[in-house]
Amino acid sequence: MNDQSNKWIGKRTVRPDGADKVTGRAAYAADASMPGMIWGKVLRSPHPHAVIKSIDTSKAEALPGVKAVATAADFVDFPTDTPVPLGIQDMRWMSRNILAKEKVLFHGHPIAAVAAMSEEIAAEACALIEVEYDVLPFAIEIDDAIAKDAPILHDFIQFEGKPSNIAGTLEHTLGDVDAGFAEADVIVERSFTTKPVHQGYIETHACVVSVAPDDRTTIWSSSQGQFMVRAMTTFLTGIPQSKINAIPAEIGGGFGGKTIVYLEPVATILSKKSGRPVKMVMNREEVMRATGPTSGSKSTVKIGAKKDGTIVAGEGTFYLQAGCLPGSPIRGAAGCAFAPYDIKNVHSFGYDVVSNRSKVAAYRAPGAPIGAFAVESVLDEVAEKIGMDPLKLRLKNAAKEGTKAAHGPTFPRIGYVETLEAALNSDHYKTPLTGKFQGRGVASGFWFNAGGESSAQVNITEDGNVVVTTGHPDIGGSRASIANITAELLGIDYDQVSVQIGDTASVGYSNLTGGSRVLFASAMVVTESAAEVIEQLKGRAAKIWGIDPSQVVWEGGEARPMGEHSGNFPSMTLGELAAKANATGGPIGAGSQSNTVGAEGGFATHVCDVEVDVDLGIVRVLRYTCFQDVGRAIHPSYVEGQLQGGMAQGIGWAINEEYIYNKKGQVDNPGFLDYRMPVCSDLPMLDCGIIEIPNPKHPQGVRGVGEVPLVPGPAAVRNAVFDALGIRIDDLPLSPPTVLAAFDANSRQAAE
Amino acid sequence: MAKIHVSTTINGEPTEFLCDAGDSMLDALRDTLGLTGSKEGCGTGDCGACSVTLDGRLVCSCLMLAAEADGHKVETIEGMASDHLHPLQQKFLESAALQCGICTPGMLIAAKSLLERNPDPTETEVRFWLAGNLCRCTGYDKIVRAVMETAADMREAAR
Repeated sequence: MNDQSNKWIGKRTVRPDGADKVTGRAAYAADASMPGMIWGKVLRSPHPHAVIKSIDTSKAEALPGVKAVATAADFVDFPTDTPVPLGIQDMRWMSRNILAKEKVLFHGHPIAAVAAMSEEIAAEACALIEVEYDVLPFAIEIDDAIAKDAPILHDFIQFEGKPSNIAGTLEHTLGDVDAGFAEADVIVERSFTTKPVHQGYIETHACVVSVAPDDRTTIWSSSQGQFMVRAMTTFLTGIPQSKINAIPAEIGGGFGGKTIVYLEPVATILSKKSGRPVKMVMNREEVMRATGPTSGSKSTVKIGAKKDGTIVAGEGTFYLQAGCLPGSPIRGAAGCAFAPYDIKNVHSFGYDVVSNRSKVAAYRAPGAPIGAFAVESVLDEVAEKIGMDPLKLRLKNAAKEGTKAAHGPTFPRIGYVETLEAALNSDHYKTPLTGKFQGRGVASGFWFNAGGESSAQVNITEDGNVVVTTGHPDIGGSRASIANITAELLGIDYDQVSVQIGDTASVGYSNLTGGSRVLFASAMVVTESAAEVIEQLKGRAAKIWGIDPSQVVWEGGEARPMGEHSGNFPSMTLGELAAKANATGGPIGAGSQSNTVGAEGGFATHVCDVEVDVDLGIVRVLRYTCFQDVGRAIHPSYVEGQLQGGMAQGIGWAINEEYIYNKKGQVDNPGFLDYRMPVCSDLPMLDCGIIEIPNPKHPQGVRGVGEVPLVPGPAAVRNAVFDALGIRIDDLPLSPPTVLAAFDANSRQAAE
Repeated sequence: MAKIHVSTTINGEPTEFLCDAGDSMLDALRDTLGLTGSKEGCGTGDCGACSVTLDGRLVCSCLMLAAEADGHKVETIEGMASDHLHPLQQKFLESAALQCGICTPGMLIAAKSLLERNPDPTETEVRFWLAGNLCRCTGYDKIVRAVMETAADMREAAR
């Protein structure tokens, strides 16, 4: 498909769900109610670590207005010695995360839940539940959790033959790093820390669940996958998937944080026990204490290079917080960190560390920004030591088609080099900075991207329009992109296409909205379905004309006779064929289901300018550009939207966002006032350098876009601060206290 | 305790409702009146997703008591479009100034309030006016552009 033939692909169409969203009509999770609905609330742990000796719910149950109380005993039991994987999750841990079982593992850990006639009564009843604890010492930070005498969270986790808080490791090896370092003229080694940051979706978790007496269950919730909600609810409650219909509400942001359940199974059990629909809505404090975030980390990276800039060896060790149950994204950190580079000798090692924090959840390229922060910061120093431009150093070593990556694959055609060349040639990079305490930093990043299972149905309506149903919640505008593709494939007007997100009872299994996979995968199944629909349309026209279907062509939204019949019959539009559908064989439509492959990784390079207020320690971003290979920008506005959103989150991670714990093991900043995400006045315009190297394995050339724009951010900002101050700060965030302390220490040193 | 009877005007419609003394205006809008376009992102006045105007003044409805609406005029997102979309709503659609859309009602109410006071805001003025409305999806770029372009269009239309 060349550019000239494209009428809709690449167009900035108005999204199908847009009018609902600008008028307040769009229904998100907390906007639903059901007849007879009551309210659920969760009792949460006051301790970061304790054995639950007993739970007495009798007083809560006796409170007037209370209709049901649930504890872990009401859910399916998953013994710790038998793994029950579901995607990257394990039901052993998921069950213990939604309601504590043997122990509470963090401050805010759910212990029990109540459903009552009002939210206030439910909260009052929660306070009446008597829990007897055996309070234990706790560990919050990685160093505390891996210390010799650390309190052990789980006796069943062993590392090197002993009970440990190291729940897992991951190792990637390529070549021989010792031999590589021996060839190096310059070696730089540094250690870094990053703080946990929350996904920060503005919509808190919420659901409404109704369980009928025969267990038929309707779940209304916002998530990054209605099929994930159904599967986890089945695992945790024992109600079979055939009896559950999970309806995807509009989702108010996810960024990975809504790829697991917190409330749905709990509301299901409360509804089953009470016989009433149950609504549960988390408040912001609950979200901050007990959902997400992504891992905090500590890492050490060592890179060796020759004087000419050839990188000869890279070594990285990444410790990531998992929260209280195993499963941090060490694959993203250890696997993506060195992936942008063609390095012959790599050793990358990840440790999964549990501590008394809320269980981490995915966050936009999980783990990758942590790995990139360390590697891209070290590369900046390597470039300085050998006197080379940092982009040219990256260009000299850039991975390209045929490069063998340490995490396994040999890259096909990728666009990393093009991102670097675009950055080097950009007005941004060529414009010198002139102000005092201003600096420029660059960094690159990689993310795997995912394919996986998707389903779609393309139906022609009786009046000659098109309804496409897919199975992926749309967070960033994917419905508009699918409508663009469908209109293009069928040769019809964009406004003739409606795109719906089906519930689990009306569309085939579709994996998560995650892994930058939605448009990649759903475009594939929509393309297959549309091709089948076109065959049907040609067949119907052939039947009407009494000719062979092979003698019909579909072009410009019409069936036309061709070959010997060319010009013998007037062409027929979609509307005309739809009107005759029942007479020619019945409804017209086709579905496709597939486990898609060929997503291929994504690469981005960021250029960031900052100015540091050295009196206040405030780092201000002056200019920021993301250069990214997006494969094909099906809807450029929403591609830019992904890039801009990723840039903003990276800036937040770099400068302000962090979980702060007090001495009691409690989160001390569980709200948007103190957990400081970027606000409008913090940011400049965010520029996009979209590079389109079509993915050869996709019918429209689509490559995952959503996650990689977060990956380079923290390092780009950090390298810019170095350029501004001449100080390399290795601990995020670069918040005023950290920046001031580093600046003052440096000034003192200079004075001495 | 007996409920409080409130007589107010919401989006131009005379409206009566009962509330508890502690109910927020956001609770009354969403749970009592079924106007769920205003969203609760924080409940502490930090995110702006619940933005409404009270007698033309921009407020967080989560920080306002429902009883305070008595005798006053409240405007919510549901009242922003008349027989056609408000120019800001139309511009947000055309320029993709929303992604997930959860902040959009509050953002639009806040932006409308800005343009009523200042029809020709600078980028900095837009950014500081909207600093009380969190958006996690867009990085604000397309939102700021949409507000400034709408302001220019509205100035042109008013000439």
